[in-house]
Amino acid sequence: MENIEQRVKKIVAEQLGVPETDVKIDSSFVNDLGADSLDTVELVMALEEEFECEIPDEDAEKITTVQQAVDYVNAHLNK
Amino acid sequence: MSKRRVVVTGLGQVSPVGNDVATGWANLLAGKSGIGMITRFDASDLACQIAGEVKDFDIGQYISPKDARRMDVFIHYGIAAALQAVADAGLDDVANLDKTRVGVNIGSGIGGLPLIENTGVDVVHGGPRKIGPFFIPGSLVNLIAGHVSIIKGYQGPSYGIVSACTTGAHCIGDSMRMIQYGDADVMVAGGAEGAISKLGIGGFAAMKALSTRNDDPATASRPWDKGRDGFVMGEGAGVLVLEEYEHAKKRGAKIYAELVGFGMSSDAHHITAPNADGPARGVQNALRDAGLNAADVDYVNAHGTSTPLGDANETNALKIALGDHAKNVVVNSTKSMTGHLLGGAGGVEALYSILALHHQVSPPTINIFEQDLEAGCDLDYCANTAREMKIDVAISNSFGFGGTNGTLVFRKI
Repeated sequence: MENIEQRVKKIVAEQLGVPETDVKIDSSFVNDLGADSLDTVELVMALEEEFECEIPDEDAEKITTVQQAVDYVNAHLNK
Repeated sequence: MSKRRVVVTGLGQVSPVGNDVATGWANLLAGKSGIGMITRFDASDLACQIAGEVKDFDIGQYISPKDARRMDVFIHYGIAAALQAVADAGLDDVANLDKTRVGVNIGSGIGGLPLIENTGVDVVHGGPRKIGPFFIPGSLVNLIAGHVSIIKGYQGPSYGIVSACTTGAHCIGDSMRMIQYGDADVMVAGGAEGAISKLGIGGFAAMKALSTRNDDPATASRPWDKGRDGFVMGEGAGVLVLEEYEHAKKRGAKIYAELVGFGMSSDAHHITAPNADGPARGVQNALRDAGLNAADVDYVNAHGTSTPLGDANETNALKIALGDHAKNVVVNSTKSMTGHLLGGAGGVEALYSILALHHQVSPPTINIFEQDLEAGCDLDYCANTAREMKIDVAISNSFGFGGTNGTLVFRKI
């Protein structure tokens, strides 16, 4: 079983159309991986799908890096 | 003021008979049908289970998978045909191309129907949070033009006309006017459609407009044949590069034909049933615009959809518009092979008209087993076999729901 970080990185790479090796833990979706505002909305939807959770809009706005996405999933997955 | 002349310098198409111009044209001349059983979705509960699907198409040749995922297929087809046409015209190689003088007008009759349909299902099952951020831009009709302008950096007019099955013809005709009027020197123009989905097929089937010859798809589209029982839906796109004549000449462009006339009209009659007067006036308006007489026309790429009413009606319209000369022209329906591409029809059929003129040959109208003389379908439809012939002037007819008509006139140059 892949860990959460690997799963998040895989989704980010898929959604943003970048090689998985370019996705670092501290990568910013917009500044480092070329995402625009629509990309980030879609990315959050893909994370919700993968981890079967609902990320409220106010939380979603704060997820701008891979680390923040991993942290969010870790914090909310087992509740 | 003398009109600026408009010529065709690039062609691109994706259709049920092939995913590029050369393949599509070869299959048309060979009389090969692009119609088969629907594979795109489960159509087993529909009255019509056949369509002209685009086959083995790889959008990855044109744009990135990431971008492609965010558009419905009609945009894929439109982009592919447009980029083919631009490459064919050699526009990328023009050193000082003024991109502010290049525009795009590629429409679609319906737009992203499959995406709308699937998103509707997602919402029913998962609520509004399941609506993706690319739902709207992925289904909007004018987004083919939007994407092509972004990909190529063309900064002139960017739009798409919507007029049902006359969409492609209207887009090309209006683009001609753009160049004549001076708004642009080059226009990438045509139509696209990708509506083979349960809603698309089911919707036209509900109108009893579609053929239900499910046991023999290849012969289902049979314009002017006695056994015709409705049209077969196709999909794809046809796009032309139109260019101001002096602009094309100066850069030594290959010129396929001159677009000399465009005419429009309305039946003002019924939302779906045609009348003969409307299309006849469309043809007459186009010939007047071209400064040509009925007797100058050699080849007609007909709307010819294989519906009982429509085929007989178009024949009558041509008799009104061309008079006795209607008997002398070849009236050809390439829809017998491609099916009806709806908003894409005017695009691919303008292109086939140009190729007929360029190569001096009419494709066949296949599946004419018994010509429907009883219904007055007594013209020369180039039945079943392609024919080499002299073509100086070719016209392309398109008619759409709402009673909207468009005719384009191409002349040898």
